[in-house]
Amino acid sequence: MSKSAGTSDLLFHGSDWSFDTLSRTYDAIKEVALGDLGLDVYPNQLEIISSEQMLDAYSSNGMPLIYQHWSFGKHFVYEDYLYRKGRRGLAYEIVINSNPCITYLMEENTMALQALVTAHASFGHNHFFKNNYLFKQWTDASAILNYMEFAKGYVSRCEERYGFAEVESILDAAHTLMDQAVFRYRRPPRISSAREQERVRERLEYEDRVFSDLWRTLPQSKHSENSTEAELDALERKKSLNLPEENLLYFLEKTSLILEPWQREILRIVRIVAQYFYPQRQTKVMNEGCATFVHYTIMNMLFDKGRISEGHLLEMLHSHSNVVFQPGFDDPRYSGLNPYALGFAMMQDIERICLQPTSEDRDWFPEFAGNGDWRATLLDAWANHRDESFLLQYLSPALIRKMRLFSLDDEAKENHYRVASIHNERGYEKVRSTLARSYDLGMNQPNIQVVDVDLLGNRQLRLQHTVREGIILGETTRDATLRHVRRLWGYDVSLIGVDASSGKVLYETSTDKLAE
Amino acid sequence: MPSFIDRRLNPKDKSLSNRQRFLRRARVELKRAVHEQIKAGKIVDVDAGHTVPFPIDGTSEPTFQQDRSSGRREHVLPGNREFISGDRLPKPGQGGGTGAGKGAASEGEMEDDFRFVLSREEVLDLFFEDLELPDMIKSSLKEAVTFKPRRAGFTIAGAPTNINVGRTMRNSFGRRIALRRPKLAEVDALADEIAKLEAKHAKPGTATFNRLVELRLELEILQRRRKVVAYIDPVDIRFNRFEPMPLPNANAVMFCLMDVSGSMGEREKDLAKRFFVLLHLFLKRRYDRIDIVFIRHTHQAHEVDEETFFRSTQSGGTVVSTALEEMQRIILDRYPSRDWNIYAAQASDGDNLAGDSEHCVNLLNSQLMKQCQYYAYVEILDERESAIFRSTDNGTSLWRSYRLVGENWRNFQMTRIAKPGDIYPVFRQLFAKQSASAKNG
Repeated sequence: MSKSAGTSDLLFHGSDWSFDTLSRTYDAIKEVALGDLGLDVYPNQLEIISSEQMLDAYSSNGMPLIYQHWSFGKHFVYEDYLYRKGRRGLAYEIVINSNPCITYLMEENTMALQALVTAHASFGHNHFFKNNYLFKQWTDASAILNYMEFAKGYVSRCEERYGFAEVESILDAAHTLMDQAVFRYRRPPRISSAREQERVRERLEYEDRVFSDLWRTLPQSKHSENSTEAELDALERKKSLNLPEENLLYFLEKTSLILEPWQREILRIVRIVAQYFYPQRQTKVMNEGCATFVHYTIMNMLFDKGRISEGHLLEMLHSHSNVVFQPGFDDPRYSGLNPYALGFAMMQDIERICLQPTSEDRDWFPEFAGNGDWRATLLDAWANHRDESFLLQYLSPALIRKMRLFSLDDEAKENHYRVASIHNERGYEKVRSTLARSYDLGMNQPNIQVVDVDLLGNRQLRLQHTVREGIILGETTRDATLRHVRRLWGYDVSLIGVDASSGKVLYETSTDKLAE
Repeated sequence: MPSFIDRRLNPKDKSLSNRQRFLRRARVELKRAVHEQIKAGKIVDVDAGHTVPFPIDGTSEPTFQQDRSSGRREHVLPGNREFISGDRLPKPGQGGGTGAGKGAASEGEMEDDFRFVLSREEVLDLFFEDLELPDMIKSSLKEAVTFKPRRAGFTIAGAPTNINVGRTMRNSFGRRIALRRPKLAEVDALADEIAKLEAKHAKPGTATFNRLVELRLELEILQRRRKVVAYIDPVDIRFNRFEPMPLPNANAVMFCLMDVSGSMGEREKDLAKRFFVLLHLFLKRRYDRIDIVFIRHTHQAHEVDEETFFRSTQSGGTVVSTALEEMQRIILDRYPSRDWNIYAAQASDGDNLAGDSEHCVNLLNSQLMKQCQYYAYVEILDERESAIFRSTDNGTSLWRSYRLVGENWRNFQMTRIAKPGDIYPVFRQLFAKQSASAKNG
């Protein structure tokens, strides 16, 4: 450690961290992040945790608290296994989309790494969470922690009252539908605060108390309504139930004939968790790219200002390049496109296009090529896009060439792939749109909707899977999932697969045909 | 200023209860897997951790998944070097897309080839879950404890010998101060003064006389007070409190008796060893300290070490009673039965010198069975014989003689095994709950 006057400005020396250095470094990073990059963040809360606690956090989706369920235990066992086998390192950080934004720092990290993580998570991710339109519209950062606390307590109260097995079976069934438990096209209702939840619960309890079984024996007036409804045609029936409905869990929660109020509440909890994570799943490339770009830029700026020593910068760059490493498709290490690498490369590319555009860039990106203001351009991109639209608008030919991207047609029946387009003049558009589409969750997940309910007959719940490009559902998991749906619905459930383009019925199944 | 929170001292294992829930759920399946592995002949490894395939039935979490062998997809991959559009690439093997899927699909596949490791504790828990030591006097730890008194604070009732003087006096002192019990010195001073005044023989009406009356009154009050506020009151008394501390009777000795005559080949010894390993593990679960004594016999018996016990090829005729005598000698010598839980397992092919079996029965009836917690006799059969002998009362002379012992002693069990797969069920039968074994026996 040199003691010359030049190093006096350094934020930290050596690799050990202390709360002092953490705090000093945080302030320096904050100055750059807010002042220089113009980021806008939630207040930060940084928590130091041990590696065991990091594993704990993994297994519960990174949430600081969540209701108890065996599947989290299973994930813990799995993560723990990978970690101990050395097949996977621990993340340096976990960050939670909440207000205040919580970042977990591992105690094992060196000071340089802590600085990197602070810039990455507490400013990169934090800014993204606060400003991206998806998160703004679809999640409630300020309510989520309270809500999860409520959810945890509610589930454990249910366990006390109705037994582990009962609660577990509802949660199991609800978990299978998590992918079908989000509103894709309209904004979900706001998460109600704990107080509101309390009101709902009180109402349920009141109903419980005043419930008299005698009333059940009275002839129901609903019956007559139902019989008149029988004369209405199917169209009106569907209309009254708001069908078709893409949010299966929502539909079951509201409409199932057999669920108790507390069971509906549990479905609601699972649905809200699914909804909360939905924007994160649509913005992997952007979110990680943004955080990576931010930490990279901030670290270099701090180095330029003489606040970080050369050695520490090298250490950070080492971690950084591990994170953005992208092996080629024929490399044994290849396991898909690395969202960190792709996102970071695109954002650097945007910076380049703003500052030093080629004529090709000017053709492709007339709106911002050469505008010189990469900060504003990036802030705008971060705020207004998700992965699909971001790739579709910002992936440049230069980057396609640099990453040597190419697209493959994969017809399942054939025993070969066909190279559709490559990184050349004719291929750019195609590669770009194909890549963008592969990040569109709506396109990649099976589109399954509730289309009809035969409330008068056998009360069969009819689901329809719109089959795109002939991609059907795996049979084993499909049938197993349907059994869970049946558990929640209480009566038979059928599923038909209809080809999206021809409208032909490709397959049909229902739970009464499934062997138990 | 950001808020830094040090969570390192927070409890970890936040997911412990989730892991327990998971294990509970997977229990049946895990147990089957563990038993399978043990049956497959890895008894020696029972003590180690086991890997169990994962996911397990009942812990799968199905979701609607796309069938990867259907339809048409497009992938974008990095790192093209040689291809131009229109090229064809052969697909690698069955079902393997080059990094085609992402997210749930590929994660699901990952989990398929994942075997997770049960800790030693978890394995043994599953292994011994429904085994119980035979219901004997000293057998289970719960019953076999002796108690040793241990100081545990004070109590207000007890035997006079246990009075804690220090604590009692402290209480008394406190009470005396609180109730303002007159000190002896005060009384004495008063008495002195009275004595002095009395010496003057003052006449009634004088100041001295009045003072004397006053003082006498005061003295009387003081003395009454001293009487009312006792020096030691029953409420002051504290007794040392003793709590009986359970002392586990945590010693066990296990006698392994084996016939090593010519008829006991490698196979028989191997079977016997497996049985002993199981027994050892089983006892190790229950006792802090367990000794093993290996006795092998031909026409004479010796105590040997484990290596010799199972490996030595020494051979000769067969006199079973020699082993029992040796065992008796060692018990008298080193393992007094009031301090030790004695277990014995005898493995033999049942051949014995004519007439010696009766001697064995006598030895057992008169001495050994009184000292043993449990005596298990395992007869190792030829696989061809097993079909004949399994269900019948016929058998070797030893078998027939031992049946007599079994009739007299509940803590004597005997059974026959012919292959590794038999050991565990037989072991369970031997060590099953008493009611069950009574039925079987």
